[in-house]
Amino acid sequence: MKNQPIITTKNVNFYYGAFQALTDITMDFERNRVTALIGPSGCGKSTLLRLLNRMNDLIDQTRVEGEVLFEGRNIYEPDVDPVEIRKRIGMVFQKPNPFPKSIYNNITYAPRLAGIKSKESLDALVEDSLKQAVLWDEVKDILGRSAMTLSGGQQQRLCIARALAMKPDVLLMDEPTSALDPISTAKIEELVDELKESYTIIIVTHNMQQAARVSEYTGFFYLGKLIEFGLTEKIFTNPDIKQTEDYITGRFG
Amino acid sequence: MNEQSLMKRRYLKQRAFFLIVRLSALVITLALVGILFFLFYNGLGAISWDFLTLPPTDSMTKGGIMPAIVGTFYLTIGAIIVALPLGVASAIYLTEYAKQGKLIRVIRVAVNCLAGVPSVVFGLFGLGFFVVFLRFGSSILSGALTLGILILPTIIGASEEALKAVPQTFREASLALGVSKWATISRIVIPSAVPGILTGSILGIGRAAGETAPIMFTAAAFFTAVLPKSVFNEVMALPYHIYVLATAGTHIEQTRPIQYGTALVLIALVLGIDLVAIVIRSVIRRKKRW
Ligand SMILES: Nc1ncnc2c1ncn2[C@@H]1O[C@H](COP(=O)(O)OP(=O)(O)OP(=O)(O)O)[C@@H](O)[C@H]1O
Ligand SMILES: [Mg+2]
Repeated sequence: MKNQPIITTKNVNFYYGAFQALTDITMDFERNRVTALIGPSGCGKSTLLRLLNRMNDLIDQTRVEGEVLFEGRNIYEPDVDPVEIRKRIGMVFQKPNPFPKSIYNNITYAPRLAGIKSKESLDALVEDSLKQAVLWDEVKDILGRSAMTLSGGQQQRLCIARALAMKPDVLLMDEPTSALDPISTAKIEELVDELKESYTIIIVTHNMQQAARVSEYTGFFYLGKLIEFGLTEKIFTNPDIKQTEDYITGRFG
Repeated sequence: MNEQSLMKRRYLKQRAFFLIVRLSALVITLALVGILFFLFYNGLGAISWDFLTLPPTDSMTKGGIMPAIVGTFYLTIGAIIVALPLGVASAIYLTEYAKQGKLIRVIRVAVNCLAGVPSVVFGLFGLGFFVVFLRFGSSILSGALTLGILILPTIIGASEEALKAVPQTFREASLALGVSKWATISRIVIPSAVPGILTGSILGIGRAAGETAPIMFTAAAFFTAVLPKSVFNEVMALPYHIYVLATAGTHIEQTRPIQYGTALVLIALVLGIDLVAIVIRSVIRRKKRW
């Protein structure tokens, strides 16, 4: 059963100055599904991810061609406010990047600025988000402590909780477990599995097993092009294209 | 030439180089220690409670330097009130908003030039612009504005460094949550940069407190026993007081101890301020964990 796509890219090209990092990317990201983006280093996975919530706007001299439709609307139209887009499309980075604030304030920072003021709502939000990110039991007694004192795996789950607190529709994750040990990695993978009930997740990973475990769809990229895109099962067992197979089986040269 | 003598030559060269470097560092340290020792030796005798709390008397050959201490205090605080907001705002514009380009380069060059302008030129500018053109007269206001412009490059430089030192990941984390750019800067970037901005600014204060030329025509009084009542009053100031006693009086030899005493107070003030900066920085460094 196919779900409605929540994000669609249509013939997207992306340039850093004169360098073309993405070429003619057309793909649908289905609602409440996990889509994995794989491919060798430098093939443009992060670039594509950051294109979807307009984080590339922060880099000087970049250019986008084509359309990125979020719920049917091109987010690169001049009258679209990137701040509103980023509220709906959250992001988790490769390296955990909590603010140098308390655990509690890391989570309430953005919701407060978005207008949630009452102590009860904020308390509830903190508890809910931390529970969703499977961190609550570990930190419920130290909410006032600096987030910088947490372990790397805990920090990453805090960053996920922080993103969830904004109640986005889509969660973009750029190699969220590459800096973590196997136990933290397993926790985050379980988490992804639970989160797709309520969110659409797009995850970049270098770990083939991870892509196979957590995603329904997989896209394989090479040199800025989308080589093959389809059901994860198909991509991993019976890809149509030789390059995909070589990459997945580790015979890529 | 065989391998061994080559190695030996290289080794000797290296030794000689280190020696030169070490000697240079030693010379600088000795110069500082020498100046301090000289000032203490000549000035300590003049320092007393009365010296710090009474105005000068008997044509400034006796009494204390209290009005000059107070004047320098006001001028310095005034300079900071002028330069800190302006400097920090400029630094925010330069690092956070402006796209790298021609305009930015022009502004940077302007700031650097400002830093290189001799302080007497600031004094003349202050005289022409604040004292005469804006009719502020010779006053705390004119002096503070002039000193403020003088230390502006220091504050901009320090603030830019501090803002650049804030990890880019903090900005990205905040923006990715759908927080606006201004909120990101004011809630995340500036608080993280405050320690750096403060240390840099305190070093600027040290400079403002010690300058003579910029206040000579804009704020400093030769002598006044009364303390200022408003920002439009003239004040005595420590560096100018030294200058006056050492050059313009009729009792230059007689007031030598007072000159050294005043210099000692001034340098203690400036070093004290620098010390505060160093302490703040080391405390923050220990707390910082990114
Ligand atoms: N800020 C930038 N300026 C210029 N070129 C960039 C920039 N960021 C990335 N690139 C280039 O764009 C291409 C794609 O980079 P991207 O970071 O998207 O790769 P990636 O697939 O995420 O790689 P990795 O797996 O190593 O994270 C690379 O060739 C890279 O050099
Ligand atoms: Mg990447």
